[in-house]
Amino acid sequence: MKIIKSSLILGLLLILSAILQVASAQNSLTAQEIIAKSRLAFYYAGNDGKAKVAMDLINKAGQKRLRELTMLRKDYQEGGEQKYFTYFHKPSDVKDTTFMVYKYPDRDDDRWIFIPAINLVKRIAANDKYSSFVGSDFTYEDVSGRKPEEDTHLLLREDKLDGRSCFVVESIPKVSSVYTKRISWIDKTNFLPLKEEFYDKQNELYRQFEALVVKDINGIPTITKRVMRNIKTGHRTEVTFETVEYNLGIEDDVFSERYLRRPPLQWIR
Amino acid sequence: MDKIGISLLLFISFVFTPFAFAEELSLQGFLQTNYSVRVNDDNPQGAKQGNLILGEERAQIKASFYPEKSKIGAFVKSDFYHDWVEEDWAFDFREGYLDFMDDKFGFRIGRQIYTWGVGDLLFINDTFPKDWEAFFEGRPLEYLKIGTDSLKLDVYSDIVSAEVVFMPNFLPDDLPSVGRFHFFDPYPNIPNRELEKPDSAFEKFGNMEYALRLYRYIGDFDVSAYVYNGFFRSPGMKADNFNSPSAISNFYPELAVYGLSLQRSALGGVVSAEYGYYDSLDDRSGKDPGINNSQSRFLVGYQKAFPEDFTVGIQYYGELMYQYSQYEDNLPSAFAKTKQLHQYVTLRLTKLLKYQTLKLSLFTFYSPDEEDFLVIPEISYNFTDNLLGVIGMNIFTGAKDDTTFGQHKKDTNIYVTARYSF
Repeated sequence: MKIIKSSLILGLLLILSAILQVASAQNSLTAQEIIAKSRLAFYYAGNDGKAKVAMDLINKAGQKRLRELTMLRKDYQEGGEQKYFTYFHKPSDVKDTTFMVYKYPDRDDDRWIFIPAINLVKRIAANDKYSSFVGSDFTYEDVSGRKPEEDTHLLLREDKLDGRSCFVVESIPKVSSVYTKRISWIDKTNFLPLKEEFYDKQNELYRQFEALVVKDINGIPTITKRVMRNIKTGHRTEVTFETVEYNLGIEDDVFSERYLRRPPLQWIR
Repeated sequence: MDKIGISLLLFISFVFTPFAFAEELSLQGFLQTNYSVRVNDDNPQGAKQGNLILGEERAQIKASFYPEKSKIGAFVKSDFYHDWVEEDWAFDFREGYLDFMDDKFGFRIGRQIYTWGVGDLLFINDTFPKDWEAFFEGRPLEYLKIGTDSLKLDVYSDIVSAEVVFMPNFLPDDLPSVGRFHFFDPYPNIPNRELEKPDSAFEKFGNMEYALRLYRYIGDFDVSAYVYNGFFRSPGMKADNFNSPSAISNFYPELAVYGLSLQRSALGGVVSAEYGYYDSLDDRSGKDPGINNSQSRFLVGYQKAFPEDFTVGIQYYGELMYQYSQYEDNLPSAFAKTKQLHQYVTLRLTKLLKYQTLKLSLFTFYSPDEEDFLVIPEISYNFTDNLLGVIGMNIFTGAKDDTTFGQHKKDTNIYVTARYSF
């Protein structure tokens, strides 16, 4: 009897798993896979990239501050190590300041800043991934990405956003973070995040990301205008990519002390 | 030099403008007002404006011209200011140089500012001239550094890169001066002293100061090695008789420094270490009380960032004196006695608020052997992208009147700065 019972269960399990496999093939992707693909589409587009970026920092009263910068990025491994180089054009008191990041998959970044007024290159501490990037509503993590393994992901549903079909994925941080839940609307065709909502410890929405303009740049879908709103403070940051280029063959040595001190003119203008 | 600076500025502004594209020529600057007031009314002898240590209005113009696809470029930064303490107007030609850049090397000639080493306001292998008076009276940090007329050669390679700096004209540090600060003087009864500066290397070639830095990124370390050959930037003293002198003069003794620094991400933050051997070339025996003995200087530092824009930095710094028994045997009674190991501990706290427009910071020097402090609390606020306001204090305290910070304890001051950048 026992043998018959066990084989019955085994048979049922086999059938069940077959059904599940078919089902998942139809859906084709798990929530984790969607997030991983989205990260590559958003943070690892091309082998390298250059963008001239304007950031408008706008407070509740509508007062604007402006940051204008050129950002260079080079990928060393898809989904892994990257190097970033940022040159500030504006505001005028930080003009010629440069900032360099070596980003590693499994440990804290290495970061350097160059302060032109005293001709100083110094390393800066980098474990503050939730700190604001240049006073904006974007955190360092928003600018350089978060590993999919840091959260538990759940595919909530599929949805339409401005006519685009999206996966809606809920991500819960495995270790305590500044937010307790993130919900992402990810475009089903190009995997770019079109909207993200961040919830705080009271489970209230406090920060919201939206992609406003998506363009095709050399065959690579790119968000060229985005906004991050802080729902609680009324502050928002609008980011416009004035120019974007990919696969330029940016040399490795651009990401070095030499160019921190003497910005590589052919790349930053 | 001011004339040269202004001419260079005009040259760049007017000659190149018609030919330049907007991006290649850049003109910027600021208007600034900066005041510092001594908190108590015990003013030093020679104080010209009572409690006012610093009072000035200043305009700065910065111009740079770096044509696309060209190997040359130029940069000029000059200030024009009115000083209420001295009641005069003056130019301050801060920096101005020509650049030549190639694939594997570069030259930069002219007045330049250098900052080397990994210390935070503690300098070991950075032997370049500094304006400590500016720092102690609450001027913006960039005024701590003085541009030196120099030639810099950069060599870039995958194995090791190098900066070599040649400085023909010796520039001393600007130390707290008569009338603005109280300071310890072992011989107050002999006020008239000759100050002898080393001749320019154009007159005496052996006086050419040079500084070398070799650097590379090894493993995850930023590693630099340094050599400096030149002079102490704070003066030594000559006297006919140190125990009861009738004539005193000041001069700048010869110095060589050999050092190393390391910096890397570790322990959840950034760890720094630096060492320098100060070879006192004019007093290797340690017998001359008017010249510093040879020393080892070293520091270790740790900086960590916490959530919500809060950063903490701590450093330990030491100066270990050699030939200490010779020093003790020859020390005149009027001199302040230094411990064989002179130490500092520093703490820096920085907190940014309101989308990084408001910055609260605190920097503290503390010497356990000299029992003195310098504490600098500061608040700065960006009213707009262009308008910055700063208020802060330099708080000097100490058990004695003859120590580094203790000698200035009557000079605790409050400073304010407002700067409009354009």
